[in-house]
Amino acid sequence: MDFFTELLNNPGITRAMWPATVETLQMVLIATVFTIVIGLPLGILLHNTGKGGLLPVRWLNVVLSGIIVNITRSIPFAILMVALIPLAKAITGESLGPVAASVSLTIGTVPFFARLVETALRDVSSGKVDAALVMGSTKMQVIRKVLVPEAMPGLIAALTTTVVTLIGYSAMAGLVGGGGLGRLAYNYGFQRYDMGIMLVTMVIILIMVQIVQIVGDIVARKIDHR
Amino acid sequence: MITISDLRKVYRQGNNDVVALDGVSLEVPTGKIHGIVGHSGAGKSTLVRCLTLLDQPTSGTVAVNGKELTNVSDDELRNARRRIGMVFQHANLFDSRTTEQNIAYPLELVGTPKKDVAKKVSELLELVGLTQFAKGYPSQLSGGQRQRVGIARALATDPDVLLCDEPTSALDPQTTDEILELVKELRNRLNITVLIITHEMHVVKQACDSVSLLEAGKIVEHGDIEAVITNPSGRLAATLLPLPGDAPQVEGAGPVVDLLYTGDQATEPVISGIARKFNTDVNVLAGSVEHLGDQQFAHLRVQLAPEADLGAIVEYLKSAGIAVTVKEAK
Repeated sequence: MDFFTELLNNPGITRAMWPATVETLQMVLIATVFTIVIGLPLGILLHNTGKGGLLPVRWLNVVLSGIIVNITRSIPFAILMVALIPLAKAITGESLGPVAASVSLTIGTVPFFARLVETALRDVSSGKVDAALVMGSTKMQVIRKVLVPEAMPGLIAALTTTVVTLIGYSAMAGLVGGGGLGRLAYNYGFQRYDMGIMLVTMVIILIMVQIVQIVGDIVARKIDHR
Repeated sequence: MITISDLRKVYRQGNNDVVALDGVSLEVPTGKIHGIVGHSGAGKSTLVRCLTLLDQPTSGTVAVNGKELTNVSDDELRNARRRIGMVFQHANLFDSRTTEQNIAYPLELVGTPKKDVAKKVSELLELVGLTQFAKGYPSQLSGGQRQRVGIARALATDPDVLLCDEPTSALDPQTTDEILELVKELRNRLNITVLIITHEMHVVKQACDSVSLLEAGKIVEHGDIEAVITNPSGRLAATLLPLPGDAPQVEGAGPVVDLLYTGDQATEPVISGIARKFNTDVNVLAGSVEHLGDQQFAHLRVQLAPEADLGAIVEYLKSAGIAVTVKEAK
């Protein structure tokens, strides 16, 4: 019992935990929105400029796939984070805090999400695309009315994985000035070696991940009519 | 009516040119069901992809009711494609859409008003007998039902030609016959031109008015069912009306003769005719008699007595309009 009463009286928990959680949610939410806005079209472009896509353009596919996606993905996130601080400052006007961290979070996860989108689209059978074309669809109609809706269960699964990854990245962002639960765990848990704070932070992050995964699975199942 | 003239398709594979279609010409008149048969690798799939312009033919033209599909702009091609309804082997329905939304798809593309879409969809559902499945998803339907939805979707744009690519190859025999019945019924009701590409002779027997044999990218035999089946030297005759089981080869004494005949002749008692007229014995070794379309066809292998006058008997049969092939003794 002693351990829990101590936790409840720990100012690191009673005072700092809630704002830190809000900051983390803020980072994850902003980054999720922008990852979808940028990553979905990028993934669609990756798929359709590739071999067997609707609009095979070799050079564009090589540039998108080889250079942007693969290079960005091969840089460890912690390093990318630091490297992008000037960019974050240019866009948001600040180099610290959750909003600034969202910039590098987004740039870190967009290539990851785009690859998952590409994979999900590739799972749509080419027969369906042929059928849509034979019925007189434009390429845009094929994408909007066939490719994306048919891949939706896969896209939701991709988004779930991406958000879970984002939650993990957001903790790392805390170490380099992003704030949130990552910073809390670092400041209290690591530097002061406060085991209680460490544990509570971990539990909160675990709950976040679980909720995202469960909601993602439910939605994916709901819309899957295959 | 669909007119295909001198269609060629050459693929580049490494440093070699592979000729998939080697000058295919074909005309199917309005309201007829035409079958194109061939083994895998004969060029059937390439032909389908060229007819729908999913692949650009190397040369040659495809025209529906005299309007060319080849050599037109992208916009015109999209409109032209709507004149051909296509049915696929695996239906290729959209799993994210209900039955009625699947059928509505081609109408949505051109912004048809909702009220008209609903009316057309319910008409089509009734036509293929699936009204009660309107709100269901494709995954809840059987293979045959999915193919019916595929047919309804293909008909949504009121096409002039229905192009069926192996429409029954994934279905069991009974469902195959049901789908073929439906196709024939639709042809009768809508007077639509139907082109069925298949490797199953059964489909040709059940549904087609005429047939082409595709081999190595060329049409090597072509004609109305009646004409090809009674052509003893043709290969379609042997596959359309094969002798059952292991038809005995030429053995023992007496010449062996194959007879192919149709319709009226099939009802004429030629066998007993030979026996009476030439006062000799006729032994039926093997035979098959079938109704194809509204015609009756027979393919018989008979053995005559050794002393029979073969020349005179052949003359007699030929004068009765029967195709006769004398089998060489081994």
